[in-house]
Amino acid sequence: MIGNERLAVRKTYKLYLGGAFPRSESGRTYEVTDSKGAFLANAAWASRKDARDAVVAARGAFAKWSGATAYNRGQVLYRVAEVMEGRHVQFCEEVAAGEGLSQSKARAAVDAAIDRWVWYAGWTDKLAAVLGSANPVAGPYFDFSLPEPTGVVAVLAPQRSSLLGLVSVLAPVLASGNTAVVVTSKERPLPAVTLGEVLATSDVPGGVVNLLTGDAGELGPWLAEHDDVDAIDLTGAPPARAMEFEREAAGSIKRVLRPPATEPDWSADPGLTRMRAFLETKTVWHPKGF
Amino acid sequence: MTLTPPSPAQPAAVFEYAPAPESRSIVDIAPSYGLFIDGEFVDGSGEAMKTVNPATEEVLSEVAVGTDADVDRAVKAARRAFTRVWGPMRPADRGKYLFRIARLLQERAREFAVLESLDNGKPIRESRDVDVPLAAAHFFYHAGWADKLEHAGLGPAPRPLGVAGQVIPWNFPLLMLAWKVAPALATGNTVVLKPAETTPLTALLFAEVCRQADLPPGVVNIVTGAGDTGRAVVEHDDVDKVAFTGSTEVGRSIARAVAGTRKKLTLELGGKAANIVFDDAPIDQAVEGIVQGIFFNQGHVCCAGSRLLVQENVHDEVIAALQRRLGTLRVGDPLDKNTDLGAINSAEQLARIRELSDIGEAEGATRWQPSCELPDRGFWFPPTVFTGVSAAHRIARDEVFGPVLSVLTFRTPDEAIAKANNSTYGLSAGIWSEKGSRILAIADKLRAGVVWANTFNQFDPTSPFGGYKQSGYGREGGRHGLAAYLRSEDQ
Repeated sequence: MIGNERLAVRKTYKLYLGGAFPRSESGRTYEVTDSKGAFLANAAWASRKDARDAVVAARGAFAKWSGATAYNRGQVLYRVAEVMEGRHVQFCEEVAAGEGLSQSKARAAVDAAIDRWVWYAGWTDKLAAVLGSANPVAGPYFDFSLPEPTGVVAVLAPQRSSLLGLVSVLAPVLASGNTAVVVTSKERPLPAVTLGEVLATSDVPGGVVNLLTGDAGELGPWLAEHDDVDAIDLTGAPPARAMEFEREAAGSIKRVLRPPATEPDWSADPGLTRMRAFLETKTVWHPKGF
Repeated sequence: MTLTPPSPAQPAAVFEYAPAPESRSIVDIAPSYGLFIDGEFVDGSGEAMKTVNPATEEVLSEVAVGTDADVDRAVKAARRAFTRVWGPMRPADRGKYLFRIARLLQERAREFAVLESLDNGKPIRESRDVDVPLAAAHFFYHAGWADKLEHAGLGPAPRPLGVAGQVIPWNFPLLMLAWKVAPALATGNTVVLKPAETTPLTALLFAEVCRQADLPPGVVNIVTGAGDTGRAVVEHDDVDKVAFTGSTEVGRSIARAVAGTRKKLTLELGGKAANIVFDDAPIDQAVEGIVQGIFFNQGHVCCAGSRLLVQENVHDEVIAALQRRLGTLRVGDPLDKNTDLGAINSAEQLARIRELSDIGEAEGATRWQPSCELPDRGFWFPPTVFTGVSAAHRIARDEVFGPVLSVLTFRTPDEAIAKANNSTYGLSAGIWSEKGSRILAIADKLRAGVVWANTFNQFDPTSPFGGYKQSGYGREGGRHGLAAYLRSEDQ
C-alpha cells in the first residue's frame, strides 16, 4: 500500500470448540460475503467430525456447568454481557455487513442482543422458584419438584438474525444449565465467531458452548441422531427438512423444539418457552416421622 | 460382616392363611362390549378380541376392535364435543363433572377393584388400596384445577389444545386412564382413549361412569383394540395432542409418527430404576422398600426398582434379609386378600420375563427364587433375585417388567451414582440412608425424574411424575402435568 494508511490485520474466523479455536478438522472453509456479495472472510466449514467432537466437549462440560450454583452461573452469564458490550463496535460492523442493516439498525440489534443476554443471566437463580413446587401429597412425606437441565442441547441457530437471533436461542439453553452445540447461520456466521471470542474471555468454562460455522442442513441429521445429545432446537433447520430431523431425533427420545413457521421477530418478549423446552422436572420424596 | 454365603430360602414360620377371596359377584361382566363413541356403545368394525383372566386363562369377555374408520368416528365426536360443548363450557362446570366422576369412582370402588384384578391379575389388595383410590384422587385433584388454570404459572390465559389421543398400558389400566383423562378434561380438551389390548374392562366400566355422570357425549371416547387401533389414534390428522404410556420402543415410533405435525406429544416410557442401599440404612426398612420397589404389581411397573445397588459391606446382610422376607410373600389368586403377588398379565409378557431371566443366568448371574407353589393354570412367575450381576448384563440394562431383581454392588457414593446413571433410562430411583445430607446430594446427581428417599413407589396426583432420557418427556400430575394439555400465550 502506498501512503501512510495502515494496512488492516484481518481476523481468521475459526470454530469455537471445547474452549479453543480450531479450524475444521476437514480443512474445509467457505466464503462469507456481505449482503451485497463482497468478500468478508473464509469461515471454517464444520464437518460431521467437528460436530461429534463438539458433543464430546459439551458432555464433558455438563457436570461442572449444571452443578455450579445458580448464582455463579448468573454471574458468569452477566460477565458475557459485559464483554459483549466491550465488543459493541465490532458486533455492529459484522451485523451490518452480514444482514445488510443500516448502522442504526445494526446498533439496535446489538443492543437488544446484549440486553437479552442480561435478561437471561438474571433467570438462573429464579427458575427453581418459578418452575418448581412443593407438592402436598396425601401422606407423611416431604415432596418437592425442581427443574434441572436436560443435558447437551444441539441448537440450529436462526439463519437470518445473526446475533440477536443467535443470543435468543443460546442464552436460554445456558441459563437453564445445559451445555450447547450450536450450528450458526451459514451465510452470516461472523458475529457468532466473535461471540465465541467473548465467551472464551468471560469465565464460561470451555465446552459449555461450542459454535460450529457451517451448514445446518449438513450437520443437522448427525446431531439429531446422536445418542449423546439430549435435545435439539430446530429453529435454523432448512424448513423442508425439519420433519426429517425430528424423526431422527425420535431414535433417542430427544426433546425437540420445533421450528417456527417463519423466523420470528427476535425483539419480542421471549417468555419462558425456550428455557422450559430444555428443562426436566425432578420430584423427590422423603418420609416425615419422629 | 460375615463372609458366609447367604442362607437358602427358609419359608419363615408364619401363620397358615385360610383362603380369603374377595367375592366377584359385585361385577357384572357382559359377554361382549362395543366401542364407547359419542356417548353410546357401538359395534366395532374389526374382528372382536377376547380378554382373559391371566390367573386362570378364563375368557372374561369379547371386546370390539376399533379400525381406522372407528377411530375417525371417535375423533369426529371428540372434535364436535370440544367445539360445541366442552370448550365453551364454564370452567367451573367442567370441574363439577370431574368431581362427579371422582365420587362415582369412589362409590363403585370395590366393583372397579375386583374387575381390575380379574382382567389384569394384580392382587386385590393393590387394586383396592392403590389403583382405584388413586384414580379417584386424580379426578378429584384435577377437578379443582378446571377453573384455576390461569394460576398454574402457564400464562394468564392458557388454552386447551383440542382433541387428545391417548394410549395407555396394561399394568395400571384404570389408574393410567385417570392420569390421562383427568388432566385432559380439566384443561378443556376432549379425549379419544385406547386402553391396552389385554386390559380393556375397567375402561369400559369407566364409560358407564361417564354416562352416570351425564358427561356430555363425545367428551370421552374409548376405542378398544391392539397396536393398529393405537396407531390410528396417534396418526389421526385431527388429533392435537398425543399422550402415551408404554414401552420405549413404541414411544420411539410414536415420536417418529408425530414428527413434522402440529401435535403436542408427551411420552412416559420404560425404566430401569436403581434402588441404592447405603450401609447406614435401616436394613429391615430398606428390605421392605426393595420388596415394594420390585414386587409391587408383579414388577409390571415402569418405575420399578429393578436394579438394587447395595453397598458392598452390607451386601450379604441385605440379601439374607431379603431372601427371608421373600420366603413370606404369598403368590397366587389375585382376588385373595392375602395375596402379595398376583398373575403375570399375559402369556407374551411371561415369555419375555422367562427369556430375560434365562439370559441372566446364561450371562453368569446367580438366580434365586423362594420355594413357592404356583397355580397350575394361568401365567405365573415367582419372585426372583439375581445376584452377581454386572453392569453389562442384559438383566442390568433391559427392562424386564416382571418380578425380577438384579443386584449389583458399590463401594463409594460416586460409584453408586455412576452405576445408577449408567442406563439409557431415567424414570426413577431410590436411596436408602439415614444421612440427610447424603440423600440430598445423591438425589441431586441422579438423572431420574422421580427420586424416592427411604421410600419407594409412592404416587400422588399432586406430585409430578415422568422421566429423563429415554424414559420419555412431559410430566403427569401436579401443576407441571397441566402443561401437557395447555397452550400458553407464548407458544
